Amino acid sequence: MKSLDELKAIREKMQSQIDLRSENEHASTRIVVGMATCGIAAGARTVLKALSDSIHEKKIENVIVTQTGCIGLCQYEPIVEVIEAGKDKVTYINMDEKKAQEIIEQHIIRGQIVNEYTINSKMSE
Amino acid sequence: MTEISLNILDVAQNSISAGAKLIEISVIADIKKDILTVEIKDNGCGMDDEKLKNVVDPFFTTRTTRKIGLGIPFFKLAAENTGGSFNITSQLGLGTTVTAVFGLSHIDRMPLGDINFTIHSLITLNPSIDFFYLYKIDERCFTLDTREFREILGDIPFNSPEVSAYINDYLNENKQVVDSGTVI
Repeated sequence: MKSLDELKAIREKMQSQIDLRSENEHASTRIVVGMATCGIAAGARTVLKALSDSIHEKKIENVIVTQTGCIGLCQYEPIVEVIEAGKDKVTYINMDEKKAQEIIEQHIIRGQIVNEYTINSKMSE
Repeated sequence: MTEISLNILDVAQNSISAGAKLIEISVIADIKKDILTVEIKDNGCGMDDEKLKNVVDPFFTTRTTRKIGLGIPFFKLAAENTGGSFNITSQLGLGTTVTAVFGLSHIDRMPLGDINFTIHSLITLNPSIDFFYLYKIDERCFTLDTREFREILGDIPFNSPEVSAYINDYLNENKQVVDSGTVI
């Protein structure tokens, strides 16, 4: 059984990195995943996992992944919103694991919106 | 919804919407009795009798205090289709408890699925809520209590990479000890 002692070790280690942490609290980018019944049924949990894993693997800082409920666009779920300070919100629709990784790669790392997955591209069809 | 663990994630979202501060989730398999019991208990705002009567109706939804639509009816049907049962009790101001009992070996029972990721995402996405999780198969079990974690960690957040990885390992290693890798 995994013990709580390891958690104590993590605390010891992290207490010396307080600066890093307070920086993390002021995350400049929020990635929001719709996690209501519609989103979950459409595969939001897989998308969420892909986003979190990708951020963890690539050691991206100042980005937090969070969740929201149903925003009334159930047919477009899984929906992922990228909210960056001082910029317009970008809404990606019909996400899957691969698209989620692309969002991290293109939008979060390179700063380029993946237009073909946004809701705007759907609306202008 | 193809996994029980997705239903758990969904039902727990109702608890979050209800303003719960503590959500207790238990997954208990009793092989001799051939049942799998899943319970989600919260200390959120609860519901009055009128609302409680309606939550299993797919066409009832209230978007003022709680959002209930298809989630609960899905879960109820999934349990009842395996010869199991479904129950929901609630008290206004005190909280709600949802219990689903599945026929463990019933051919129509959906797999438990990635329960660890459900629990992990609930904890890391809702750092202000406490979670108690019990996973039990016959006599073997393990628990996870974020109140214990919180006591050790102080103000170090659950969603920091190190802690998040620890929670993940904690769930995976302990689950392995309890079920020896058996797929429930």
